[in-house]
Amino acid sequence: MSVALSVRALGKHFGELQALRDVSFDAHEREMVAVVGPNGAGKTTLLSIIAGTQNATSGSVSGPSPADGSAREVGWAPQQPALYSKLSVAENLRLFARLEGVADPDREVERMLEQTGLSARADDLLGELSGGNRQRVNVAVGLLGNPPVLALDEPSSALDPRQRERLWRFIRGLADAGTSVVFSTHNVGEAERYGDRVIVLDEGRMIFDGTPGELMQAAPAGAGGDFEQALVAFLSEGHEL
Amino acid sequence: MRWLLRKDLLILRRSRLLVALLVIYPVAIALLIGLAISRSPSKPRVAIVDETPPGQTVQIGSERVEVSQYAQRLFSQVQAVRAQTRAQAVDKVKSGEVLAAVVIPPDVAARLSSGLRQAQLEIIYNGDALQQSLVQSQLGSALAQANLAFSERIQGAAVGVINLLLKGGNLGVLGAPSNLIGLAQIPSQLRGIIARQPPGRDRAALERIASFAEFAAQNLTVSKNVLSTVGQPIQVHSTLLHGRRTPLNTFAVVVAVSVSLMFVCVLLAAGGVALEREEHVLARLLRGPPALLSREGLLAEKGVLAAACAFAVAFAMLAGVSAFVPLDWSRVGLWLVALALGALAFGALGVAIGAAAREVRAASLLAFLLSLPLAFLALVPSGSVSVGLYDTIGAISFVFPFKATLQALDAAVNGAAPSLGGSLAHLAALTIAFGVVARLGLRRAD
Repeated sequence: MSVALSVRALGKHFGELQALRDVSFDAHEREMVAVVGPNGAGKTTLLSIIAGTQNATSGSVSGPSPADGSAREVGWAPQQPALYSKLSVAENLRLFARLEGVADPDREVERMLEQTGLSARADDLLGELSGGNRQRVNVAVGLLGNPPVLALDEPSSALDPRQRERLWRFIRGLADAGTSVVFSTHNVGEAERYGDRVIVLDEGRMIFDGTPGELMQAAPAGAGGDFEQALVAFLSEGHEL
Repeated sequence: MRWLLRKDLLILRRSRLLVALLVIYPVAIALLIGLAISRSPSKPRVAIVDETPPGQTVQIGSERVEVSQYAQRLFSQVQAVRAQTRAQAVDKVKSGEVLAAVVIPPDVAARLSSGLRQAQLEIIYNGDALQQSLVQSQLGSALAQANLAFSERIQGAAVGVINLLLKGGNLGVLGAPSNLIGLAQIPSQLRGIIARQPPGRDRAALERIASFAEFAAQNLTVSKNVLSTVGQPIQVHSTLLHGRRTPLNTFAVVVAVSVSLMFVCVLLAAGGVALEREEHVLARLLRGPPALLSREGLLAEKGVLAAACAFAVAFAMLAGVSAFVPLDWSRVGLWLVALALGALAFGALGVAIGAAAREVRAASLLAFLLSLPLAFLALVPSGSVSVGLYDTIGAISFVFPFKATLQALDAAVNGAAPSLGGSLAHLAALTIAFGVVARLGLRRAD
């Protein structure tokens, strides 16, 4: 698999606070990379820098040239849906497709409606949708123009289990189709289930980069095969890469 | 930027209640302010007890001035309610039927005729400090007007008597000789007699009398002028330093339109920017590279959209009001320029507020809390507060667009001072300044 996103020596500080320190990793095509860690570990900051909503203090983020019809390397879906509640699903998609400079916005809207399974709700106002459907539209906007990398900041945090399951199936489908997905989550089970690789951040440092299985192995004994306990034990040990 | 503009127009179209409130509320406030300014204070409702006997007069020489004329004059200055007795008047004041009561005592004529004592009226009033202040200012003014008119009548009578003394004739006073010689005629007639007298003591005495008569006639002539000076010691001549005299009702129109322009524009611009943040879209729009939209572009779109909407509302108001208040349509080009610059300055203020607030409700509240006092501060006339406070008010008004817009619109509609050019330059500077403030407020997109 070729590298879709390359993060090198990324650092970010807000005044005295060092939010990220020397974070480096690669994300490959068709790969889902889960970013986990305790509160304040730097997950959202890392995703924001990858998405381009914040600038890094040091280091770099690079990816392949954007696909045809898109000016973006990285699509982005923030934690809270960034959409207009007074516009319909189709109107939201069409507006952002036009702003993104997509060559054929109407066709792109049709494609995204089909991909998200929201064709029947295309004319519904976004404010009238369930949280799960809103999040699907949120992700769909991030996918406009078919960017090679998709950054998702805690995409399932506000959803019920059924909605979460549907959303992750949808995201898995995107990765299987070739998109590299980098997502942050508080739900360690989701990282284990959907992440091909797991990156563990703690106090701005990347302390682990590997598969969920490798994290289990790296964790101290006593986790009892439970991924969440393994992660907690790993963090408690203060491991460094 | 055009797609964002289309989106905003679509959202506005779907927010009919909001748009209706946004237009109706400021227009209602503006009309209330305009009405309050344009309506002169209504005449106070006052009970008047005239205890003077009917037909009683003040006699000045042969002239008689009816005391009832004073009461009539007083009636014309107030909304008069007649009361027969003082007790009735007191009841009317107590019940709140009238603001106050004026009792004209029966000895008014006697006191005035005596020339030694001032006549006295009694004013009866009640109520809290505000009502007492109202009585003192409104009734004081009405009484001053009536006093002035009455004193002019007495003065006229006195001048007539002096003329008779100077020119001679019949005094018309019981017991006075008829066809009296006038004081002014005495010196010339006396000089003729003196010329026929041989020099001696008699001639010298007659010459002294002639000199006195001449002196007395001259001074009595002067006393006529003195009387009119005493009657109205100071006459008022008004000089307007700058611009044209602005009728109160057209100024009220300008105030009402400026208030509407401000509210619609500031609320819309502030709400527009805050909405992007509240919907969490700001970060999506501004992330890069390349950003979907520059921060400056976003602020300009919101400011210009709000300015265009407010401009349309304000111009429609001006045009509508012109059906009732005569406005000079030949100056319509200047109206448009003043409205456009005012709207842009308010738009810039609005986006600055919107950029500082994190949600629409906070932005709307902030816009409202800021706008209303600014409008009232800008209307505080000089001299009505202390110099220091007025300077402070002036400084605050200077850094916000309301007063400059009011002045620009007043200059455009009424040709009032200060000049339109200066106000427009001021508005342009404020637009830039608030644009910079808004840009700083939008540094963070999340």
